Amino acid sequence: MTADPILQVTGLTKHFGAVRAADDLTFSVKRGEIHALIGPNGAGKSTTIGQLSGEIRPDGGRVAFNGRDITRMPTYRRARKGLQRSYQITSLFPEFTAEDNVAMAIQSQQGHSFRFWTRARRDRALRLPAREALRRVGLEDMANLKVTELAHGQQRQLELAMTLATEPSMLLLDEPMAGMGRRETQGMMEILRSLKGDVAILLVEHDMDVVFALADVVSVLVKGSVQMTGTPDEVRDDTEVRRAYLGDG
Amino acid sequence: MPRRKTFVHAIGLLIMLALPLAADAAGEPFLTTVASRVLIYALVAVSLDLILGFGAMVSFGHGAFFGIGAFVVGILTHHSYEATAIAFLPGDWTGTTAALIQWPLAMVIAGLFALVIGAMCLRTSGVYFIMITLAFAQMLYYFMTSLPTYGGQDGLNLWERSTLPLLDMYDDTQFYYVTCALLLAFMALARRIVGSRFGMVLRGCKQNETRMKALGFPVYRYKLAAFVIAGMGAGLAGALAANHTEFVGPGLMHWTRSGEIMVMVILGGMGTIFGPVLGAATLLMMEETLSGFTEHWMVFLGPFLVFVVLFARKGLYGWLVGREADDDG
Amino acid sequence: MTLVLFLEQTLNGLQQGVMLFLMAAGLTLVFGIMHMINLAHGSLYMVGAYVAATVTMASGSFALGVAAAMVAAGITGMVIELIAFRRLYDRDHLDQVLATFGIILTFNELTKIIWGAQALFLSTPKVLSGTLEFIPGAPYPAYRLFIILIGLVVGLGLRHLILNTRLGMLIRAGATHREMVGAMGVNIDRLFTIVFGIGAMLAGLAGAMAGPMLAIEVGMGEKILILTFVVIIIGGIGSVRGALVGALLVGLVDTYGRAFLPFILRSMMEPSAADSIGAAVSSVAIYVLMAMVLMWRPRGLFQAYGDS
Repeated sequence: MTADPILQVTGLTKHFGAVRAADDLTFSVKRGEIHALIGPNGAGKSTTIGQLSGEIRPDGGRVAFNGRDITRMPTYRRARKGLQRSYQITSLFPEFTAEDNVAMAIQSQQGHSFRFWTRARRDRALRLPAREALRRVGLEDMANLKVTELAHGQQRQLELAMTLATEPSMLLLDEPMAGMGRRETQGMMEILRSLKGDVAILLVEHDMDVVFALADVVSVLVKGSVQMTGTPDEVRDDTEVRRAYLGDG
Repeated sequence: MPRRKTFVHAIGLLIMLALPLAADAAGEPFLTTVASRVLIYALVAVSLDLILGFGAMVSFGHGAFFGIGAFVVGILTHHSYEATAIAFLPGDWTGTTAALIQWPLAMVIAGLFALVIGAMCLRTSGVYFIMITLAFAQMLYYFMTSLPTYGGQDGLNLWERSTLPLLDMYDDTQFYYVTCALLLAFMALARRIVGSRFGMVLRGCKQNETRMKALGFPVYRYKLAAFVIAGMGAGLAGALAANHTEFVGPGLMHWTRSGEIMVMVILGGMGTIFGPVLGAATLLMMEETLSGFTEHWMVFLGPFLVFVVLFARKGLYGWLVGREADDDG
Repeated sequence: MTLVLFLEQTLNGLQQGVMLFLMAAGLTLVFGIMHMINLAHGSLYMVGAYVAATVTMASGSFALGVAAAMVAAGITGMVIELIAFRRLYDRDHLDQVLATFGIILTFNELTKIIWGAQALFLSTPKVLSGTLEFIPGAPYPAYRLFIILIGLVVGLGLRHLILNTRLGMLIRAGATHREMVGAMGVNIDRLFTIVFGIGAMLAGLAGAMAGPMLAIEVGMGEKILILTFVVIIIGGIGSVRGALVGALLVGLVDTYGRAFLPFILRSMMEPSAADSIGAAVSSVAIYVLMAMVLMWRPRGLFQAYGDS
């Protein structure tokens, strides 16, 4: 395993009128590490995720993934290269079953879909990995339920299953635990913890307990740029950070 | 315990296959001709359902491909009958009345038009897509209306029907069964497509196109392919329509025609393949019976349509089949 | 091909553009604010034409006919809005398309029932039936100039309404922030009905003005509806400014195309072929224009709101 970061962000800038959502933003994420991005409201965390996923076009700067410049690459191509985003708002296929949803994600990885004859629902190349992904997130019993029949937390788990099914090398997660109860949050944390080492994760989070429990590295984003990067302990003890976040320590 | 759906399908198939026999037995052979018309429109409605019901592409220009298919047959027959060479093609081809050449050609040409038109229209979405498909259909309509060579506004009479080896296309019953066979074949093909990987992509686009793109699917290509397949189906229906009425006019391409086809799909139940057949049958039957009562029967169709849209979205098929309507594996 | 001819055709194009603008302004507002596709807009145009013809012939006064047309169209519009459209605002576009398609069918048939299937003809009001020779050597129909004038007045009126009145402010706000406007205590339902009524009246006006120039018959609404949609797509849905620019553009391109294309083709091929091909091609000229605009700007020239 090389020591090269899987993701290298250099000098990223983005303005929305007078607002600087990203201001010479520079940081990197190593392979297999869980990297948390924290910061006060309006610091530009969601915009950062958007620029990394390809949904927001940066005004300047460079994003490199696995050594390749992806700054202007469209979302679907980044997804194919292994950089996937999971959504805060669940974005599923409501009329399909849980298994269909995951199968769709797997199908996207198996070359083109100009196959008109074989029934997709009976295609073992899709169904077997789909059930495995569901099992990984604990949803194997819900495989045949329609998304509309799943609880909110289960839908979030399904989201994650879909993302994992495509075997990404890096995940962008924007507040994955939003709207989840205590138990569901624990469940999600277990899943994310199980990914450590396999999948690099850039995690935007507000819940400090989660950050401290999961993250290897924390970057603090303030007004569009990184104020500091360090281990969770280093960040917690840093006075500058406390001032930016909490007013005066 | 057989499912309701299977039951409905079986009855439908039985009616379709037995109809000419029943019509003859009842002494009303005219019904067979009417039924042929229903099947032809069922075919174009099913082809529209493929993109509308499964792909959420609200194409108001589908009638254009229907008309193109009809015109291909019309033009080839015209030149064959007049023994004149087709001016805009190289060489001296004087057309043909052989169905085995005409009908596939109608599909191919309709498909090519669908490719070109779809390529442009699918770059837009939402209401823009609806409007631009409508505009293209109108463009073709006006083009054919202004071209006097093939009848202009008055259209073209077909002095001969297409010829199939061993069969007589002038025999209403034989024509009916040929149409029926083609419709059933297309429906079977559509069912297969819808359940395939390709079909899943299409249906995914209908439910959540953003997610499809995020998953890495180049959705434009899939939608375009579906658009072309649907166009080819409509083209085949057009070829049959030209034979059935022995007349081809630009009215087939008018956007109101596309609207009627869309009504058939919605009325019958979109996204169900069988639904559009019911829709076509219902609409055309309404037309037949109501126009017997009053020439102003359309004044009832209007509010009826509004009612269906507002209150009966799943259409007739949904009503007949109940909760199973969504399961299309 | 002379300058005079060119100027004449330009005026024709402007006049056609004005008619389209009257239709497009209402349609684009309805779409921009209520996010609703209304195919029945053409039916309001038809109502305007029929009422104008009937009232003018009965009373002898064209002015009365036009006024009656606007009122009739406005009322009809508001009635449809109350009965059907209220339920359609939150539906998807397909539902709106189908429901308004159903309304077209109903109106067309009702018109046949009330007025019969024969076309009506309305003659140009005497005071406007002369010509004005302000281009030396080319007398131009006064009626067409009148239409251009009306268009100018309406355009300025709408501009004033939208920029300077409270209603206009609500319209602009409603286009982008519907919930906010509702939260501000404004009766959204009434706002929608008023906006719809304005659009309907403009359509009625267009129909009335078109009366002396066309055969008044069932189906006339659909013809102009398509052109109107082309206009608002080119101009950008929701933008009245776009509607004006789009309308003038379409009017001019269509007019120039019909007038000059066969002429140009004659220099390349024999007259009869040139005429028929010319007519065929010029009929598609505006669609080509629309396709070109969409390639360049997929949301039209002026975007008034983001996609819903």
